[in-house]
Amino acid sequence: MQDEPTPIELTKAVADFLRSDITPLISGHQAFKLRVAINILELVTRQLTREKESDAAEVERLRTLLGIDGSVTELNRALAERIAQGEVDLTTPGLAEHLWATTMDKLAVDQPNYASYKRELSRGG
Amino acid sequence: MIEAELSRSVARWCPGATGVTGAAKLSGGASQETWRFDIVHPDGPIGAILRRSPKGYGAAPTRAAGLGAEAQLMQLAYEAGVPSPRVMHVLTPEDELGTGFIMQRVEGETIARKILRDEEYAAARPLLARQIGGILAGLHRLPQDKLPALRSRGATQEIGEFERDYRSLNWPKPVFELALRWLRDHDPGPAAETTLVHGDFRNGNLIIGSDGVRAVLDWELAHLGDPMEDLGWVCVNSWRFGEIDKPVGGFGTREELFAGYEAAGRKVDPARVKFWEVMGTLRWGIMCGGMMQRFREGPDHSMERAMIGRRASETEIDLLRLLAPRGS
Repeated sequence: MQDEPTPIELTKAVADFLRSDITPLISGHQAFKLRVAINILELVTRQLTREKESDAAEVERLRTLLGIDGSVTELNRALAERIAQGEVDLTTPGLAEHLWATTMDKLAVDQPNYASYKRELSRGG
Repeated sequence: MIEAELSRSVARWCPGATGVTGAAKLSGGASQETWRFDIVHPDGPIGAILRRSPKGYGAAPTRAAGLGAEAQLMQLAYEAGVPSPRVMHVLTPEDELGTGFIMQRVEGETIARKILRDEEYAAARPLLARQIGGILAGLHRLPQDKLPALRSRGATQEIGEFERDYRSLNWPKPVFELALRWLRDHDPGPAAETTLVHGDFRNGNLIIGSDGVRAVLDWELAHLGDPMEDLGWVCVNSWRFGEIDKPVGGFGTREELFAGYEAAGRKVDPARVKFWEVMGTLRWGIMCGGMMQRFREGPDHSMERAMIGRRASETEIDLLRLLAPRGS
């Protein structure tokens, strides 16, 4: 077991420093790059916070859907292949629900301000 | 330094011009650059734009029509009354500026978020969807016997090409697989009529003023194909910049777009438009993957490029909203 602070806390500390202390000092293209950098750190923080739980739920759904076991990457590859071959489609029970849940979990990390995501979230996740 | 070459160039083809000032690079990758500058003239400064591939960068990416074709298309559009900058000069070797062209600078805004939010464009916004329909009708009617040589692409070929691009990323994405299946199942086949297709007609590639669309830019993906492709692409959610209930670039409805197109004497096929909107959404998603790949392997190791890889999920939710919508 590694010591603390946790990666989440450390990443957040760097983002806070850049936002509060460095942002006021620079302008122009460098300021734009700094905003991108802060966005990256915030994304990483969200992923570190959510990934373990969302991956576990995704694996559970994929095992049920596909009837096989594997890592989240292996199971995604298997699902992609079955859709490509036409063995699984939107009439397959659980597929639409699985893709929606998985995609919502990705947007929660990648772009929580994306308008389509906020709209779907307001429907109840 | 570029001002010296530009000054020598304008002296040759712009009667009365004595030089240039204010040259500034607006955007530029390794192979293509855009510069703004003013031509010094006794009647007052003339705003101009240079689009060029610097010396040593002649080869265009495979999908691009090339700068020569772009200049020809913009000039044709200008002559036909499609809002477009006037092309003033096509570069020749003696200009020593590489390959490309110089066009008249059209004042206005291209930044989509400003156009959608700033007060200055408030009066124009409700008119834009219909106006865009009329502009696309004019663009699709440009005389084919005057067009430069362009690649020809139909729906079936595009599906094949995107599938190949996607598989080469080795990036298993069940939602993209679903979209590819849907596209193959709904492939409308060859269009009843093949026309010029702009290929990147969207909010962001239009110069807009308080009076509406002033110019259509970025003709580099122009090709021959199904005119409904342009109507579908302009509706892709990525180009609505948050205004998701206004499919046409965040400006207005499909009905307004279609009405403007049909009022200009051309017919809309809504099923084909939907097909191309799905295709366009997937296309942008795969392009995000391509940027991620270039970030990993290529010379552009920038943070911006890395983050575009994380925008592919935006197209996944938009594809699900198109193909597997949830009850409202």
